[in-house]
Amino acid sequence: MAHFKKKQSGTSQDIPTTSMPDIIFILLIFFMVVTVLREVELLVRQDLTDAENIERIEEKRLVSYIYIGPQILSAGNFGDTRVQVDDALVDPDDFRAVQNVMRQRRTDEPRLIVSLRVDYESEMGIVSDIKQELRLADALRINYSTRRAEGATEL
Amino acid sequence: MLKKKRARESAEIPSSSLADIAFLLLVFFLVVTTIDVDTGIGLVLPPPPDPEQPPPEVRERNMLKILMNAQGAILINEQRSSLDDVQDRVFRFVTNNGEDPELSDSPQQAVVSIKTDRQTEYERYIEMLDEVIGAYRNIWSTEARQLGYRDYVQYRNVEGEPNPIRREYPMNISLAEPDPGS
Repeated sequence: MAHFKKKQSGTSQDIPTTSMPDIIFILLIFFMVVTVLREVELLVRQDLTDAENIERIEEKRLVSYIYIGPQILSAGNFGDTRVQVDDALVDPDDFRAVQNVMRQRRTDEPRLIVSLRVDYESEMGIVSDIKQELRLADALRINYSTRRAEGATEL
Repeated sequence: MLKKKRARESAEIPSSSLADIAFLLLVFFLVVTTIDVDTGIGLVLPPPPDPEQPPPEVRERNMLKILMNAQGAILINEQRSSLDDVQDRVFRFVTNNGEDPELSDSPQQAVVSIKTDRQTEYERYIEMLDEVIGAYRNIWSTEARQLGYRDYVQYRNVEGEPNPIRREYPMNISLAEPDPGS
């Protein structure tokens, strides 16, 4: 019975898999944290101002955004103040497009709130032009989007 | 027989605490992550002007005219003022109740009119609008305190909106079209 038994170390050859779900769990959390859900690609700068007497919008699905600010050019430069709705810039000589879009949305959702996200350096002229279009579109509930200043009270 | 003195140590990484570590991580990120809520100054615009119906007449005393030029300088009823005065002026104007002949007849009739230049910076305008809204909130909080509440926020949480205080002191802000400026 000259049987040569293979010399084998006593350790297991398998990779331990008990911790696998946990690793996947951590990965999941990591990606949940890192992922930024952004609906639109911003084409204008958005440095909002602070305000103290603000209110928060609870029902986000009622909100439509209009972005106003200096256009983002390449290499960190900024151009003229432009208006962005969804993914496109609006023709600066014809803001009626804003009116048409918002009238449509107002028809679909009568409780529509238009959130004006305006860069702090913009001038009131362009903001006012947009406001006139919103009045004509009958989208009357607006919200000047601001950041929360220190000591602010929210309603 | 020679027996090994010790049983071989396990080569596996102890994994019993891994679930706890993952859980701690989850809690950490849950606490740290701020889901950004949209905040801002809410307003309701007036409906578009009707050419057949002229705008309602407002008596001189019931209108507090706030003007802001391109440099951010403020005029309240043709009088030079600073940003810090705005809140106090609006407060006295609205809560006058006919006492001072220069100020409003009643809070319901009081209108705060805000006008800017087209060149006025948005930041300056928001600063001023913030003060005006702050004045109204002060008025509402003063009323709420007289009813035994801590402030208007608490009152509103009980009474909801619209409520008697808001009816008594409506926020009549008129945003005029800006001047073309120089």
